[in-house]
Order: sequence, then C-alpha cells, then structure tokens
Amino acid sequence: MPEARGKDDADGVQIDLISGQRMDEMATMEKIRMILDGVHDGKIVILEEGLTPDEESRLIEVTMTEISPDEFNGIEIETYPKSSANNSSLLGRLMGNSESNAKLTVIGPADQIETLHKDETLISALVSRN
Amino acid sequence: MGLFTELKDSISRVTERLFSEQEPKRIGIYGPPNAGKTTLANRIARDWTGDAVGAESHVPHETRRARRKENVEIERDGKTVTIDIVDTPGVTTKVDYEEFTDEMSKDDAIRRSREATEGVAEAMHWLREDVDGVIYVLDSAEDPITQVNTMLIGIIESRDLPVLIFANKIDLEESSVKRIEDAFPQHETIPLSAKEGDNMDEVYDSIAEYFG
Repeated sequence: MPEARGKDDADGVQIDLISGQRMDEMATMEKIRMILDGVHDGKIVILEEGLTPDEESRLIEVTMTEISPDEFNGIEIETYPKSSANNSSLLGRLMGNSESNAKLTVIGPADQIETLHKDETLISALVSRN
Repeated sequence: MGLFTELKDSISRVTERLFSEQEPKRIGIYGPPNAGKTTLANRIARDWTGDAVGAESHVPHETRRARRKENVEIERDGKTVTIDIVDTPGVTTKVDYEEFTDEMSKDDAIRRSREATEGVAEAMHWLREDVDGVIYVLDSAEDPITQVNTMLIGIIESRDLPVLIFANKIDLEESSVKRIEDAFPQHETIPLSAKEGDNMDEVYDSIAEYFG
C-alpha cells in the first residue's frame, strides 16, 4: 500500500482508511494480516465496510496468538452496532439484502487508542502516540 | 393382535428410542471476563450433578481453558433435558499483564496473561466449531453495549446458534436488566444471580425449553 508518511517519519499517528472494494479483493487471512500488520506498526486502521462475523472471530483468535508482554497488548476495535430496528444498512435494505454486514470499523493498538464514548450514532476515541 | 402387528409395534418403539436419544447438546457459556460465567456453570453443575466445574475469582481471566461438564440432566415438568456445559474463558480483544500485577508477582501475571490469550483463542474456536447453543452471560451492573458483546452476539447470530442472554448479578444495587434487554432486544433475557441462586427456576425452565 502506498504510504504518504510512515509512523517514524513524523511525530504523529498514521491512519489508513481502507475501502470496501479493496477488502472485497482479499481473502480472510489477507485482511487479518493487513489489519494486524498495520496495528503492530502503531497505525489506526479504518475499514469502510468492516469484517464479516466469521472474520471478526478469526481476527480475535489471531490477535490473541500475537499478544506479547511489553510488546503488543492486543487491539481496540469499534464498529457501529446494528440496532434491532435497523438490522441492515439503508442501502442493504433498498437492495433487499437484509444480511448486509457493512459497518464502519476502527481498529488500533490497545495501548494507543481508548474509546471515550460510544452509542449507536457516535464513537469518540482518544488516540495517543506511543 | 397378530404377531405381525406386535412385531411392528416393537420395532417402532426401538427406532423411536434410538432416534430420540440424541447426543447431549453442547451449550457454551460465553461472555466478557468477570461476568460470572464460571459461577453460573458451577451453580448449574452443582444443582444437577453435585460437582463444580472450576475455580471462581474476582480477578479477570481466572478461567483460561474451556471446561466441559458432560451429561448434566436438568429435570423440568417431568421431562429430562441432557446437556453438556462448556464454560469458556472471557472473550476480549486485549490482555495486559499489568492489570494483574496488583494481585500477583510479575512472572505470575505474565503467565496468567499468556494463558488467558490462549484461552480466548480456544473459546473462539469452540464457538466456530463445537457448540450447539450459547448462554451469553452479562454482568447486569455493567454497560452491555461494548464492542466485544456486539461482536460476539453477531458471531453467534451469524452461525444460527440458539442463544439465551443471562443478565447476571441482579443482587448488585447497580444492576439494570432493562439496559441489557434494550441492548439486545432480539434475544430473550433472563435475570439471575448465579452467586446467590436467585431466579434459578426460570433459568432452568428456559434452558430446558430452549435447548431441550
């Protein structure tokens, strides 16, 4: 992936916004690898369309295997929860696809991103530099 | 009644028994750390088998291996439902050994965190491969709208597994069952205190009805 500036190049936090189209072309393990490699590098990864439940389950599993004391504590992940009254996205419902899983997802290193507030319409997070 | 009819009835009785005695369903007890999963598993196991499943603790990640209690026979209204209970480690996306250093030495905290991460991975594997239904335990004194809860309920729903939500710790003053019902209105929520044994009749009625 082309990178404007690496984490070491600037006194800041790199954010990668990844389109649904780019994710569609990848296999499950490629997605998980890309997310965790980014997070290991201290990046905040934002997925336009999130992961499927099965991919989320595998992401948790692989994250656990990579946790290492004093090096990597795991991930912080936030998505917009689907409310019962709105079990699919507007687009999904218009297309008649009630199984749409598209949900904006933010993933970052657990020791650098802290969720301050979350409700059904807002995620407020504090991102710190290591 | 002729010999043929008797024989037919006898064969029918045998086949009925063969096919009605299915393998006990494996019911996974899932939820975030410290929701009271092991306390619940122990309460169910003690009530119906006399044995416990595992040790309980206020320190998170006391359960670091999935533990199965087989053939738990729950009797409701003259019928018996047999299930295997699988008590799983609390699911999380992060584990920091420093959270345990107030309670134990650094080496023990590091060991605990390593085992905890293996346990969470194991719990996810069980969920994908080896359980037939889920009891999702939440601490009703805590906010249920967390990423882990939302993700796990989504994973369970995507696998079409039957799920009951247990709003545990209703003995605590800050407990709010309504907060859980509002967060996951698509599922039945049963209030209980596994520690105090409150509302266990409804718990067993729902287990028998849902997983029987």
